[in-house]
Amino acid sequence: MLVGTGITIIRQQNLLAASMLSGIYSLLSACWMVELDAVDVAFTEASVGAGISTVLMLATLALTTRSEKKPVHKSFLPLFVVLATGAALIYGTLGAPPYGDPANVVHHHVAPRYVNDSYDETGIPNIVTSVLASYRGYDTLGETSVVFTAGVGVLLLLKRGKRSKREEKK
Amino acid sequence: MSHLFSHYNYWIVIVLMMTGFYTVISRGNMVKKLIGLNIFQTSVFLLFITMGKIKGGTAPIVMAGKEDVVYSNPIPHVLILTAIVVGVSTTALGLALVVRIKEAYGTVEEDEVQAEDIRR
Repeated sequence: MLVGTGITIIRQQNLLAASMLSGIYSLLSACWMVELDAVDVAFTEASVGAGISTVLMLATLALTTRSEKKPVHKSFLPLFVVLATGAALIYGTLGAPPYGDPANVVHHHVAPRYVNDSYDETGIPNIVTSVLASYRGYDTLGETSVVFTAGVGVLLLLKRGKRSKREEKK
Repeated sequence: MSHLFSHYNYWIVIVLMMTGFYTVISRGNMVKKLIGLNIFQTSVFLLFITMGKIKGGTAPIVMAGKEDVVYSNPIPHVLILTAIVVGVSTTALGLALVVRIKEAYGTVEEDEVQAEDIRR
């Protein structure tokens, strides 16, 4: 279903429909994340991916244009590049660890320590929260500063446009 | 045959990733490119989450008083939470750039912007 939505997105020339579909796509991927036990990530994806991104896209569309132009040249080069990369990646997964196996290397480094000790050390039952806010608090601070920088960037970009217009009027 | 089932998730992720990649390189419209970039990004999230899954495990929330519960690996979840938020801020910045390009050139199609550049 996800793949179907993805492919419809590329074929869709109406950008409004495409951005609504990308919201649906985010929601579907959030469902898949719940299936894979990542409930926190699914929450974030559903609110941020399906909510905020879609709103931002719609705002941009309101300020620009609704539909995209038909591609002038139909070249098969992009398709070829994509198929080649995809084939290489699938060849790569053959060496990847099998899905869901508890013996995988990922589950044996630092994860068991968090799983076993984080409740006693932080008192937060949700392990994801305790790692995010307690053990990796500085990283989260850094993430906040990234978001802040992006916000400032957006404001500066949009402000400048308005001012130059005002100067033109003068 | 066992490969088919144990790697099925990875393959779906790769198909999604290539869908996004194709959109980015083949379409001229910048909003469309950003949507493609979003698809790509989500597929990477799903790849990480897939790796964190343990069969028979539950969500990594400690249930007090219950012994020998298998939890899925929480570390990819933490990473991806951060990545989602950073991803949406980059998307916002990209969309702001698109709005600026529209103001400056009057179009958001890549080839028209290039033609305008040459003309100026």
